[in-house]
Amino acid sequence: MTSNGSNNISKEQLNGGQALIRSLELEGVEVMFGLPGGAILPVYDPIIDSPIRHVLVRHEQGAGHMAEGYAHVTGRPGVAMVTSGPGATNIVTPLCDAFMDSIPLVVITGQVPTASIGSDAFQECDTTGITQSVTKHNFLVTEAADIPRTIREAFHIATTGRPGPVLVDIPKDIVDPQHPNSAMEWYWPDELDLPGYNPTTKGHPKMIRQAAELISRSHRPVIYAGGGILKARAAEALKELAELCDIPVVTTLMARGAFPDSHPLCLGMPGMHGNYTAVTAMQKSDLLIALGSRFDDRVTGKLDGFAPDAKIIHVDIDPAELGKVRRPDVPIVGDCRLVIEELVGVLKAKGGLESQPDRSEWKSTLSGWEEKYPLTYQASEPGEGLKPQYVLEQLRDMTPEDTIVVSGVGQHQMWTSQYWKFEHPYTWVNSGGLGTMGFSVPAAIGAKVGRPDKMVWAVDGDGCFQMTAQELVTAAAERIPVKVAILNNAYLGMVRQWQEMFYDERYSEVYLSPDLPDYVKWAEAMGCVGLRAESPEEVAPIIEKANGIDDRPVVIDFRTDAREKVYPMVAAGTTNDKIIVDPSQGEGGH
Amino acid sequence: MPALTHTGDARTHTLSVLVENRAGVLTRIAGMFARRGFNIYSLAVAPTDDERFSRITIVVDVESAPLEQITKQLHKLINVIKISELGPGEAVERELMLVTLKAPPATRGQVMELAQLYDADVLDVGVDTMTLSLDDEPGRIDDFEDLCRPYGIVTVQRTGRVALPVLAKANR
Repeated sequence: MTSNGSNNISKEQLNGGQALIRSLELEGVEVMFGLPGGAILPVYDPIIDSPIRHVLVRHEQGAGHMAEGYAHVTGRPGVAMVTSGPGATNIVTPLCDAFMDSIPLVVITGQVPTASIGSDAFQECDTTGITQSVTKHNFLVTEAADIPRTIREAFHIATTGRPGPVLVDIPKDIVDPQHPNSAMEWYWPDELDLPGYNPTTKGHPKMIRQAAELISRSHRPVIYAGGGILKARAAEALKELAELCDIPVVTTLMARGAFPDSHPLCLGMPGMHGNYTAVTAMQKSDLLIALGSRFDDRVTGKLDGFAPDAKIIHVDIDPAELGKVRRPDVPIVGDCRLVIEELVGVLKAKGGLESQPDRSEWKSTLSGWEEKYPLTYQASEPGEGLKPQYVLEQLRDMTPEDTIVVSGVGQHQMWTSQYWKFEHPYTWVNSGGLGTMGFSVPAAIGAKVGRPDKMVWAVDGDGCFQMTAQELVTAAAERIPVKVAILNNAYLGMVRQWQEMFYDERYSEVYLSPDLPDYVKWAEAMGCVGLRAESPEEVAPIIEKANGIDDRPVVIDFRTDAREKVYPMVAAGTTNDKIIVDPSQGEGGH
Repeated sequence: MPALTHTGDARTHTLSVLVENRAGVLTRIAGMFARRGFNIYSLAVAPTDDERFSRITIVVDVESAPLEQITKQLHKLINVIKISELGPGEAVERELMLVTLKAPPATRGQVMELAQLYDADVLDVGVDTMTLSLDDEPGRIDDFEDLCRPYGIVTVQRTGRVALPVLAKANR
């Protein structure tokens, strides 16, 4: 492979499996999550001699979500390795999850030997075909000599531009030292051969000037910050922009933590379960500055009624997002951090805050809404189940400010996003786009592996927990001390909420039972500490106890009130003007 | 896949897409179109003079989705290198059609006459059928197909169009 930009430092003969592991080492991989099997077996041999830590999962879906959790909190690509056939199909859900939320992953799958491909061999499936629509790109490697180059390309594609999952499918014969096809001469490519891939990172100066002009004329601007802020490491730049022009900021579900909740300009989360002020500020705005956000249907509500008076500045590194949902007045393709920094420069040159119009009326309107419609719930009466919001407030107040919180999907996810106070980027991990139940436990494990110095709490629902809880065996065996708070309301709560509100309280297939399984015994059987809290007085002491355990995972079964619903709510198919606030606050509306 | 009605249809747009000549590139493109709900009218693929690349000529339905979104999503595919948008009047276009039609002795002369008018070639003659070949602008091929129809079309096979940009002319 001297023709391929090789540096030719050595002419070492390796087999494909060794080359694969060495390539991962050279990409800086420190940990991978996986489960071996027939087709990937030869690659597991050189792992014994590698400094890369391998975390042995109990189900391949767990490997994928762990890699996602790791990537979320470290900003580095998560790596998972599984076998062919069912190993590959089991990791399709995490691939799709990572694709929807732009999480950099490199997933390596075993494949049947090249000579058997297409013969319906044992554990054969068309992995690249199956995963084509849920990956940023995928590769089927057919020669051992292509392994280092492909691994380099996979990491480059996964981590640059709009990040995403990349899958590399590796047939057994090219990594099996027993097979002549695995012989290769080691090299490490200096250059990549990706003529069709060249993401734009720097925003167009003319567009940036136009954006600055729109900002300087706006009386009711809102910064609509999305997950792209975190991907671009742009939290500092965002803060500078918001403070420079004194513009309020909403942080989407994927951007919680990108702007401190305690900041006076922070309005919190918009969307279907966003707070009243964040939702309504966008509705009434005359300028939305969309930074790394994608006008998701959960944010916009019914599209033709969304922010009707707002002009749009839309910054995204993915050109296809600009105009996909809402046509921007000023589209800017580029990396959020670079574009914001440029924009800040232009705005400073125009005179900074001095050059901005007086927006005191807008600010006082916003603070009026905040005062009138705060997040609220009614405290539980004696003998009732715990209020989930109360549990979250206690947990929030009793854990360090930089605790990493990882949620599953459903009511508990919305309450966590609402009631937690996120002060730092990369402290909130959840499944936004795909809405993958069962995400929390394995993602929390991956997050703790990536940031062992931080306390990691999974906040899970009882429905979610039952989907992937077995990964706590992984956590116990590998001594990864995550903590899990199950908000156990004995229901598939979000579905129950919809059935209550929109299906005349006809509850269909949503009851799960609070006691089956017994979560405390189950936790103990998996090598964790199992705890339970049923009354408000028990909540704080039990959290304190859990916080003190650092040698194994802890699971707390919080028995919560199944009748509790997530408010505010914008019902599906209605506009954000029809936001429903907590019944105690009356009708809402404007 | 409905047939084109005429060249330069406002509903359609021609994209000339240069791609890496790698396994699976066509399924990536076709899969992306299907997944995003974009419609393809016709598709032609062939290698270029550089063996590393192939050129795909896609005629897309711009009513199913805005052209801009189609090209942006195409660009996201790692193996897509360059996309040239060829609007109506901006391209020279050709398509090839093979048509087998009924041509018993009573009408064979008329069929031959029609073929001559359009410079179509006679590729094959059966007992009472005939196969003609015509390469031309897609619009003329549509016309020819319409004129063949009264004689009784047995089979028609069209390639889908290929296109290249109109070249700049001097002194204009």
